[in-house]
Amino acid sequence: MNLTTPLGDEVLDLRAGDEAALSGTVYTARDEAHLRMMEAGIPFDPRGAVVYHCGPVVQDGQIVAAGPTTSARMDALTGFLLDAGVRALIGKGGMGPQVVEQLRGRGVYLTFTGGCAALAAAHMTLRGVYFEDLGMAEAIWVIGVDRLPLVVGIDAHGGDLFETVRQKAKAQFKQQFNTEPGNDP
Amino acid sequence: MMMNPAAPPFLDALAAATCRALEQAEIGLPPDVLEVLERAAAAERNPIARRELSNILENIALAGERRVPVCQDTGVPIVYLTVPPDIPVTSELFDGVREGVRRATEAVPLRPNVVDPLTRTNTGDNTGDGMPVIHVQPGDRFCVTVLPKGAGSENVSRIAMLLPSRVGEIPKVVAETVLAAGGRPCPPVVLGVGIGGTFDTAAALAKEALLLPIDRMDDYEQEICDVVNRLGIGPMGLGGDTTALAVKVKTADCHTASLPVAVNVQCWACRRATVEVRR
Repeated sequence: MNLTTPLGDEVLDLRAGDEAALSGTVYTARDEAHLRMMEAGIPFDPRGAVVYHCGPVVQDGQIVAAGPTTSARMDALTGFLLDAGVRALIGKGGMGPQVVEQLRGRGVYLTFTGGCAALAAAHMTLRGVYFEDLGMAEAIWVIGVDRLPLVVGIDAHGGDLFETVRQKAKAQFKQQFNTEPGNDP
Repeated sequence: MMMNPAAPPFLDALAAATCRALEQAEIGLPPDVLEVLERAAAAERNPIARRELSNILENIALAGERRVPVCQDTGVPIVYLTVPPDIPVTSELFDGVREGVRRATEAVPLRPNVVDPLTRTNTGDNTGDGMPVIHVQPGDRFCVTVLPKGAGSENVSRIAMLLPSRVGEIPKVVAETVLAAGGRPCPPVVLGVGIGGTFDTAAALAKEALLLPIDRMDDYEQEICDVVNRLGIGPMGLGGDTTALAVKVKTADCHTASLPVAVNVQCWACRRATVEVRR
């Protein structure tokens, strides 16, 4: 499906495992930007917005490299964004059960291939920046995107491709070793 | 930083070699890594996984064309120096490497990733206390090898102090590590496994194992790799046949009552480069 920001109820039609191409504007935010926004407010209009878990390399006003960062670090820092109207998150690795619940009926988690920073940059134009004092990786960069290729990781109905794969992997582990995986080796 | 005019003549060359090695490692992947990725893309059966792998290959090609880093997490600099007998091992050797890291941070450019662990203040140039990490070993040629290490995969790496009677369970410990990591380390991963030594050397061995070529594995490495790939975690944790590209094992002798096992997880961007210092 082709998606254009600001996003609306069309995101509710997406299902985990679907492919989507996103055009419009995304806002990068990692740990520090989330903490700052919780304190100082969201510096952009969050309604229908897309937040990208990414700390890009920026040089001479250009996005040089901008692949996704590990989204799970933002698990406990995401609710306020969805409450404010953010409709999609982009990142890698999936997010925890509380975010799956927070997305229900409202938004989706999209995943872009981790590490594909040059490919991402090829779909991007830099438009602005907030909180630049947080440093290059942690600032909020405003980025125009053109048909960024994504996969729906978590949909608005509790569907979570990462969790499905994890459950299968756990069952496979049990089959191979005849025991539950231990957290502490 | 300008080099001190009284500094040994090789220092500037060492800085230049370090900078060149970082640039080479960040922009292109070694041929063995490319070959293994291409093989995996050809063999993969899951459609989402096939698309992820094709994104990865397209990304590597684009990074090469545009002369930009393959991943925005340009990592922290891990450096291995081989030093011939006529080069004195002094603090100036470390200064040369640090200067090379600073130059690469500006020139490539690299994302400034190095922070104080407690205040989280960024040093701005990828150097700091204990950064770059520098390992020095004697050798015939004066060479600098770099392994820029990203955080996503480093953060899910683990060490286990096993009972010696559990030696048969090493593949299980590796599989548990990969299972717990899921999609977070950007699979398909390369797994460096350090076995033996002490608590700290096992971790160092695991990282050194990531310097080995990954286009061939011995039977033990292949066995662990198969165990991991049967989990079906797939590229980015979205499912598929390709969870690990390779497993590389390095061992050291250890205490009769110990069995340290360290698993250093490396994302698909298995970056490394070696440059000889011209002097």
